[in-house]
Amino acid sequence: MEPFRNLISKIVPLDIANIDTDQIIPKQFLKLLGKTGYGEYLFFNWRYDDHGIPTKNFVLNLSEFKGRQILLTRENFGIGSSREHAVWALKDYGFKVIIGVSFADIFYNNCFKNGVLVIRLDKNIIEDFFSSKTDEEFEIDLSHQQIRINSSSYSFEIDPTLKDSLENGTDEISKTLQLESQIKKYEDKKNLTIPPGTPPIL
Amino acid sequence: MAQTLYDKIWDNHVVYSDDSSDLSLLYIDRHYVHEVTSPQAFDGLRINRRRVRRPDLTFATVDHNVPTTDRSLPIIDQISSLQIKALENNCKEFGIPLFDIHNKYQGIVHVIGPELGLTLPGSTIVCGDSHTSTHGAFGSLAFGIGTSEVEHVLATQCLWLKKSKNFEIILHGGLKNNNGVSSKDVILNIIRKIGTSGGSGSVIEYKGDYISSLSMEKRMTICNMSIEGGARAGLVAPDNTTFEYLRDKVFSPKNESFEQLLDDWKDLRSDHGAKYDRTFSINIDNLAPQVTWGTNPAMTVDVDAVIPSPDEYAKGNDEEKKSAIKALKYMDLKPGIQITDIPIDRVFIGSCTNARLEDLIEASEAVKGKKVSSNVKAMVVPGSQQVKLAAEHLGLDEIFINAGFEWREPGCSMCLGMNPDILKAGERCASTSNRNFEGRQGTGGRTHLVSPIMAAAAAIAGKFVDVREWI
Ligand code: SF4
Repeated sequence: MEPFRNLISKIVPLDIANIDTDQIIPKQFLKLLGKTGYGEYLFFNWRYDDHGIPTKNFVLNLSEFKGRQILLTRENFGIGSSREHAVWALKDYGFKVIIGVSFADIFYNNCFKNGVLVIRLDKNIIEDFFSSKTDEEFEIDLSHQQIRINSSSYSFEIDPTLKDSLENGTDEISKTLQLESQIKKYEDKKNLTIPPGTPPIL
Repeated sequence: MAQTLYDKIWDNHVVYSDDSSDLSLLYIDRHYVHEVTSPQAFDGLRINRRRVRRPDLTFATVDHNVPTTDRSLPIIDQISSLQIKALENNCKEFGIPLFDIHNKYQGIVHVIGPELGLTLPGSTIVCGDSHTSTHGAFGSLAFGIGTSEVEHVLATQCLWLKKSKNFEIILHGGLKNNNGVSSKDVILNIIRKIGTSGGSGSVIEYKGDYISSLSMEKRMTICNMSIEGGARAGLVAPDNTTFEYLRDKVFSPKNESFEQLLDDWKDLRSDHGAKYDRTFSINIDNLAPQVTWGTNPAMTVDVDAVIPSPDEYAKGNDEEKKSAIKALKYMDLKPGIQITDIPIDRVFIGSCTNARLEDLIEASEAVKGKKVSSNVKAMVVPGSQQVKLAAEHLGLDEIFINAGFEWREPGCSMCLGMNPDILKAGERCASTSNRNFEGRQGTGGRTHLVSPIMAAAAAIAGKFVDVREWI
């Protein structure tokens, strides 16, 4: 995974709460076998009409928001299906940071596994971003856990391990495999709560 | 210190704790794999020359995009067919047992795990599918993961996890005097009350007399939809109902090893005085059948009520009000409409929420000797080959077919419409599945979530009916 670099970008304000992953990437696009190429299908049902023509008012279709790397949303983003395709689509489209009030658990984890930074902020701050900051440059500083906009700055919380893996682009599996002796020890000592399944004879 | 059931299962599975972070490495006892969320994970293994650490703890099936029509015919959708083929090849290459499309144990992953006795109390279970919460009905810690995590579990049999909060939901009372009301109505009602993010960051433990009185199948329906309330997982402490269900399942441990496990399983309950971060109590005496009217599962009302206004629904929350306005527009409904006046076009009885044998038996009771309304297209998609077989043994297939239902082969089908089973734009469906999101069952399709018997009765009447007066 590529390490996360601090970035400066304006935001794309997506002023809808409770966005589920079925909206982020509808199921007809889950049949691809790779991790890229989903960006053009991001928010497909909102972005295109029945004839495949881009809808006029949807934010992603407005020229002033093109090329922006930060998505601003509200409560409860990413609920529903665990599909990581939702993150692949956001990332493939060009979003590197998602800011909102709250996020579904699985979606939140999926983002970090793909180098996408998710920032949770207080409802009032988000409200302020929507109402008065949609044309400001946001400077995202991961190491100091800060967003800077003009002279204001906003701190955010992040688990140190997640932060570390973003900053270093760590391959989590390699990290875990270094704990092989612990895993082995666990397997040996346990009395696995359940005996390993007998592989079915098919 | 007094511990909750979740605390106990967690502690039992910690392989390593990193003091500098909130994350612990947990061992995974069962990993269920399906065709849609796994191809990229297997690719990752190949690229990095890694193997599957425990193919013997990994089980695969095809369910999400398999056709539900005649299985002897080739799959028409080329892309689906490629994904199914990819899983077959991956399982072969990495030595993972697969219940393929022609296998007698094939079915929806959350239906087959329990019915084959692979899902056991006290274990940790993951799958690249959010409704993995279903397996919590057995007192196992079971939750959905993304594809990166699928790859991680394949390679290491472990996962880095942050401990969730303990959320206790106590269900008092019983469903008295309300024939035809089921655990689906109970969980819809809970989500309606706690909201779609009510369980966020938590593992819910369901307790109380009502839960104890339920069969395993009904408990699974409740745990299945925990994710719709935002929770990571749902749990029910195992009891005699659980143990008896598991005895003699195809792959469950046998004889002495079963008896030994039984001793351990009996300790799988929250200690007296264990602390919960949140408690919610609900009395379900006199609960009415529930019907969703909007585009998330919290937008639910009683069957004998009217569609609420956005203000009534939102109770002062502006965002929720906006969501409700948007939902009503999408659903083409107006406040004040009586639920029982809403005509429907389609009925779907299926999904990992409600396609087990008991669900089909209950649905068949509303159908026996009747005919599906001429305006409605209705289908039943059993959750697995085993469910289908058992149902046919009871003659349920005939009841449904004689009434005008289609009787299909097992799979996820119209729960998410990745196969040809989809709603057309504007069609309105009474569905026993778990998500009524925009376009979930087909672009522009309108979904109302209900219990199996409610869906079956709606098929006959051509509109929603209050099954309490109907049967
Ligand atoms: S039936 Fe629906 S919810 Fe269940 S696993 Fe299949 S797609 Fe997911």
